[in-house]
Amino acid sequence: MSTVDTNASRAQAEAATNVPPKKRGVPEGLWLKCPGCGASVYKKEVEQQLNVCPKCEHHFYVSAVQRIEQVLDAGTFELMNDHIRPTDPLVFTDRRNYADRLIGEQNRTGLSDAVMTGTGMVRARRVAFAVTDSAFIMGSMGSVVGERLTRLIEKATEQNLPLIIVSASGGGARMHEGILSLMQMAKVSAALARYDEAGGLFISVLTNPTMGGVAASFASLGDLVFAEPKALIGFAGPRTIKATIGIELPEGFQTSEFLLEHGYIDRIVTRKNLKTEIARAIDYCGK
Amino acid sequence: MSGGPGLEFEVAIADLESRIAALERQTDRSDATENEIRELRMELVNQLRDVYGSLDAWQTVQVARHKNRPYTRDYLNLAFDEFVELHGDKHFGDDRAMLSGFAKLDRFKVMVLGHQKGRTYKERAACHFGCAHPEGYRKAMTKMRLAEKYQLPLICFIDTPGAYPGIGAEERGQAQVIAESMFMMSRLKTPVICVVIGEGGSGGALGIGVGDRVAVLQHAYYSVISPEGCAGILWKSHEHAPKAAAALRFTSKDLRRLNVVDDVLEEPLGGAHRDHHQMASRLKTYLSRTLAELEQKTSDELVDSRYEKFRRIGVFLEDAS
Repeated sequence: MSTVDTNASRAQAEAATNVPPKKRGVPEGLWLKCPGCGASVYKKEVEQQLNVCPKCEHHFYVSAVQRIEQVLDAGTFELMNDHIRPTDPLVFTDRRNYADRLIGEQNRTGLSDAVMTGTGMVRARRVAFAVTDSAFIMGSMGSVVGERLTRLIEKATEQNLPLIIVSASGGGARMHEGILSLMQMAKVSAALARYDEAGGLFISVLTNPTMGGVAASFASLGDLVFAEPKALIGFAGPRTIKATIGIELPEGFQTSEFLLEHGYIDRIVTRKNLKTEIARAIDYCGK
Repeated sequence: MSGGPGLEFEVAIADLESRIAALERQTDRSDATENEIRELRMELVNQLRDVYGSLDAWQTVQVARHKNRPYTRDYLNLAFDEFVELHGDKHFGDDRAMLSGFAKLDRFKVMVLGHQKGRTYKERAACHFGCAHPEGYRKAMTKMRLAEKYQLPLICFIDTPGAYPGIGAEERGQAQVIAESMFMMSRLKTPVICVVIGEGGSGGALGIGVGDRVAVLQHAYYSVISPEGCAGILWKSHEHAPKAAAALRFTSKDLRRLNVVDDVLEEPLGGAHRDHHQMASRLKTYLSRTLAELEQKTSDELVDSRYEKFRRIGVFLEDAS
């Protein structure tokens, strides 16, 4: 937390005193059962290994703040556009008001929305950096995620910075903001197209899960696409596909390994190598 | 043309239509019969005005999905002077859910892309009910490149429940092609007009939806997710689709209010499915006028203003602190 001197971390600290944030994938307690290998593993040891199972390399959930600490040089992250905040343009209500849901998610996660964007250093290389957090409404993209990403991409374009976006967005485009969320896909993709024309280097990192409208926009548009092992990545949700075609889905369907096999990602990169791999790719591309 | 197979909110309308049709079948009509026909017609117009003047979101979805609603192929026949179909994505196959080809409209030579649903059951199955596979979007992209190279304006008709969800579609990169297609459209150096003619289903719609002008027909809808899909996730049951439809704010009025579309094209009384010719003629007028407007701009101006147009979409709070 100390490396991220930001409003978000302050909010997170405040939230932590009020409501203990529930960490998905890493339950409370000294030991936890690894969903990858079923072994009971010592929680401290998992945390020391960047939330990766020491026995089978299962990659547990990491928060946006943790990801920033793992990938960027200590103390270099400068958060941008956190003052852009979500609202409820459709006055959307399902079984709960979206406005209430937003406040609930903000208190629970300490995040103001599902993405953190800013600049920082990767082994002394300055980059524009964004990470989505699957704990905040499934990491889904609404107006705020779209706007923050677009501003980041525009900044990267102006300043000729390499761009790294780490996706953890199982929710795709956020339903609660309706068509406005869908349009963020076009907005962010258009910003990436301008960045590309200007010669920018975009490294997209796919983590568990990256689905729907996020997979079908910026996450797939990297000059280089990396993925963490065994992440769920795809367009349509497995349940939707099963309901449509009515047959069991093959083993390993929509995993990183499946995508590598079918030619959609460049490299599967383990969490402990991610920082090194990003730095090396930047060097190859002369940025 | 009548409304065809009935929608539940059209029972009274369908009844009037069949009574009129029955009277009109009489070869030797008395004055009294003629009068009755005239009165029934007036009553029909009133009913149509009432019902179609205040469709709710779920009723709009029913109209947008109506089996007699004009599809891309119908507009190609009725609004264009010529259509030269171009097949194939030069990669994997020829997706029947995505039509493409050269076309003439008044003095304009254009490239047309459009989802196609199919009218008969056989056609519908071949088109996967308008759900395109990755090869459909790759096909679209090859035609976009062609249009740009030869400076043909691009016209896209959107009418899909969504991109196809299946094993092959995932294997061949459904997410990848939709992303690439938006990426490409945003920089195309030729005018692009997109019209949502029926269903604007999520990423599958937006994949051919990045234009200089985006229009929607009055009773079409354009949504981030199908009402059934949304209900399944947020209400845990598809039965709540009508509630989800209302919550998603996706009717033409909402879309205009949210600045997501530039224009709403009014449909004939009782919906486009009642009068294909009139709808096609209105569409033609709109396209012709818009093409004339866009041809005044340089390709750089088009690309810049297209960027700004999508750049502005979104609603959020921004405090100065």
